[in-house]
Amino acid sequence: MTTTEVRALTYAQAVNETFHQEFERDPNVILMGEDVAGGAGRDDFEDAWGGVFKLTRGLIGKFGPERVRDTPISENGFIGAAVGSAAAGLRPIADLMFVGFVGVCGDQIFNNMAKMHYMFGGKVKLPLTVITSTGAGVGSAAQHSETLYSIFVHFPGLKCVAPSNPYNAKGLHAAAIRDDDPVIVFNHKLLMGGVGTGPHVPQESYEVEIGKAHIAREGTDVTLIGISYTTHLCLQAAEMLAQQGYSAEVVDLLSLSPLDEETILESVKKTRKVVIVDEDYPRCSMASELSAVIAEQAFDYLDAPPRRVNPPHTSVPYSPVLEALFIPTPERIVEEALATME
Amino acid sequence: MTTAQGSIPKEKLTWMYETMVLIRRFEEQAKREADQGRILGTHSAIGEEAVPTGICAHLGDGDYVLGNHRSHHHCIAKGVGVNEMMAELLGKATGTNGGKGGTMHIADATKGMLGANGVVGSNIPVATGCALAAKVQGRDNVSVVFFGDGASSQGSLHESMNLASIWDLPVLFVCENNRYAESTPFEYSVAGGSVANRAAGYAMPGVTVDGQDVMEMYEVAGEAVARARRGEGPTLIEAQTYRYFGHYGADNPLGYRTEEEEAYYKSRDCILTMGKFLLESGTMNQDQLDSIDADAIAKVEAASKFAMESPYPDPSEILTDVYVKYP
Amino acid sequence: MEGNRPLTFVQATNEAIRTVMRDDPNVIVMGEDVAGAAGRADQGFIDHAGGTFGMTKNLIQEFGPERILDTPISETGFMGAGVGAAAAGLRPVVDLMFVGFVGVCADQIFNNMAKMHYMFGGKVKLPITVMAQTGAGDGGYAAQHSETLWSIFTHFPGLKCVVPSDPYTAKGLQIAAMRDDDPVIIFQGIRSMGANYGDQHVPEDDYEIEIGKARVVREGTDVTLTGIGFSTRTCLQAAETLAQKGYSAEVVDLLSLSPLDEETILESVKKTRKIVITDEDYPRCSVASDISALAVEQAFDYLDAPPRRVSAPHASVPYSPALEKFHPPRAEDVVAAALAVLE
Repeated sequence: MTTTEVRALTYAQAVNETFHQEFERDPNVILMGEDVAGGAGRDDFEDAWGGVFKLTRGLIGKFGPERVRDTPISENGFIGAAVGSAAAGLRPIADLMFVGFVGVCGDQIFNNMAKMHYMFGGKVKLPLTVITSTGAGVGSAAQHSETLYSIFVHFPGLKCVAPSNPYNAKGLHAAAIRDDDPVIVFNHKLLMGGVGTGPHVPQESYEVEIGKAHIAREGTDVTLIGISYTTHLCLQAAEMLAQQGYSAEVVDLLSLSPLDEETILESVKKTRKVVIVDEDYPRCSMASELSAVIAEQAFDYLDAPPRRVNPPHTSVPYSPVLEALFIPTPERIVEEALATME
Repeated sequence: MTTAQGSIPKEKLTWMYETMVLIRRFEEQAKREADQGRILGTHSAIGEEAVPTGICAHLGDGDYVLGNHRSHHHCIAKGVGVNEMMAELLGKATGTNGGKGGTMHIADATKGMLGANGVVGSNIPVATGCALAAKVQGRDNVSVVFFGDGASSQGSLHESMNLASIWDLPVLFVCENNRYAESTPFEYSVAGGSVANRAAGYAMPGVTVDGQDVMEMYEVAGEAVARARRGEGPTLIEAQTYRYFGHYGADNPLGYRTEEEEAYYKSRDCILTMGKFLLESGTMNQDQLDSIDADAIAKVEAASKFAMESPYPDPSEILTDVYVKYP
Repeated sequence: MEGNRPLTFVQATNEAIRTVMRDDPNVIVMGEDVAGAAGRADQGFIDHAGGTFGMTKNLIQEFGPERILDTPISETGFMGAGVGAAAAGLRPVVDLMFVGFVGVCADQIFNNMAKMHYMFGGKVKLPITVMAQTGAGDGGYAAQHSETLWSIFTHFPGLKCVVPSDPYTAKGLQIAAMRDDDPVIIFQGIRSMGANYGDQHVPEDDYEIEIGKARVVREGTDVTLTGIGFSTRTCLQAAETLAQKGYSAEVVDLLSLSPLDEETILESVKKTRKIVITDEDYPRCSVASDISALAVEQAFDYLDAPPRRVSAPHASVPYSPALEKFHPPRAEDVVAAALAVLE
């Protein structure tokens, strides 16, 4: 495919496109959240925001305020309402603006969303999607820069996906909306804008299968596992390693729960070394989980132990000098990769 | 009892009396099962029968009821089968939830009972969402959520009342004020001394009603349900009632309330009072009342038998229904 | 431990709280029914509950309602108040009751309690203790009242997490937690309480168990079994069974999840060369996963076999007694995992 054929959208545009398509396809799809449109109740200021990251722009104009609902600042209220409306026949999308806000609606997510299907003997379905934004790097400090995948992955009953580019962002959001289980979609704030050279985002509606990882770069010497933004860091690290003569394979996890153990283990059995890059806090993280799964299932293939690249065990500091030390970097990944290979 | 009760159709009166008696007998049986060690103690609803009965008299299977930890009476009033309920209490495979949920989580989606919930206040936003679904899909169904005086201190109630009000959602917020949150009295916990008065802050009607009077419940609920079905939005109902037993099985309530208080509320027992009315108004005779009671006892004994004879779920069931589909 | 002063877990915890409260007037206790019958002392009703499991019994009589505070059902309200009171000079003990209730006050714990000291450049201290009751097995409390969830709290920098495993450690860790200037979450296993678990000699004096230290409760050479809270007893039972099969198991009682005593764990692993990690919590991103990753990272060359995790299944806790008993790890599960690495 030549560059002129690449339909390069930004991540936000790709997600927006899939929302429009899903709203069109299924009248039961609705959206709730703070400023998902904006200017609520004021006709001349309708759609003032379209979401903090513009993911939901234009929806209220096309589909109206019955289906696109700005909410008061009541996470417990509207996330719970998403649970209830899903139980009663809708397919709601609820926007939990920053993942660090999970604290104010944790009960609805961990006690109701995750458990109702199970507790009620499978008799009630909750086909809802929660979208939320993650990540540090913009100086938003401790409460607005978290990642927290492992908290959600821990709870049986929730599915969790983390897109990494506009192509899989569009496909995973579609898959999430169509899934009959509750799905949490983690959108990294550093991925929203920027177009560059693509990937190509097809115009038509499509799904990216939940539960499947993606090999973003093939290689033979070491496996680098990335999640969302850190997949890009892994790809940069792979380039740097290539210049030093090493061939790194980059696995883009995409789906955190369910986990694509097959793809991960296949890669590790091939390269025999693995570095896991996770922007979440280190203790009881996805990185720990991946390390444990890999050790359990591929121990005899490993030349060296899995290495984890996480931030330090601290909250996210504000000062840019300190924040830069918090987030994993390609240099750190290279360092860990070299350590496993020597 | 006011004279307005004369306008309640006889079938409704009969249904309400039968339902309250069934609830009472079921709860007594559940208590016996607990005393004999077959189930963990439950949160007995004995004394509170009238509250959901008067409300569910206006509801159909397409309407929603969501409950709390003390919800057996909500379930029965909404039409959930006592066989399946008893089986669930015993953790059997034939239970409403297949044994997965138990006493605090009984649900039956076919009857619109979208679940009892063990976290105080947790179901209130969920019920608000059910009402949202009905509205968006253009149905005239309503959503009723039951919570206690204790829950009136939870943020979830306030968020939900506000949301339901600004969006005109067909919700009945029903506070079953039985005067105690575990052992913490109402007058200690609730600033202002009235749950119903909080409605004014959320621009919806707030009604205080004698929760031991099923016919008053019926009248108040009727208005609220009609309002909701007309698209006029939510109502907050504070039903003043009383639980005869402790918070849960092993709790001795005389550790925080007096025998005189208990005696007072028992003297106003909703079933006794309703029975008296039915006799005095000539709606039923004593034989009919006795027959209803005998019927209820038979149903409940059959439920116990059904539950006892039902199998436990297979151990493999521990892993089922975590998801609809995974991966 | 020898001695003839047997106390239950609940009594030991109660004694710990009383000891620190006598010592320091800034300690207060808050929560639902931590005493009970609130506001009715003049009618002769007092201390009806003393906490759901009795851990705060008989405190209100000694310390009064100014220091033993029954709260309404407002977790966000009173957990947040605990944070604020700690920032302003008190040393509160807040009873969350069942750990599954964390959802209704998670913001206060994960955003404020965990972060304020860091975000405010170390200028504010939060010497607060949160008690949370955990576990499934035979209670029939169902999905929302039977969770463990310590991995969630361990994940957040800024919180310390400890898990006593018997009456002796219950007293020592409760005192240590209350004297610690950082927020400490103490997880109290329901199956560790009461007559079923039994009692143990508990010294009368004021003693602390150092937070951040695990202890080896049974020495062995063939395999390391790590336990947390009640599951330490499960591991000891497994060790007995293994001994009958001719294997010598070392049992490490973690006691402290954050900070974690990496040294003791790794020392044991390097000796036995095999590790089985038992954890009642859900399996994904659990403390078990965390310890596995640690063992592999730091003791890779010593391991004869990969670490084995014995966790609950990836499912909520079911209600039916026929199902619930399979949810938490049992001794036979630990034995099976150990035999798999031993053979």
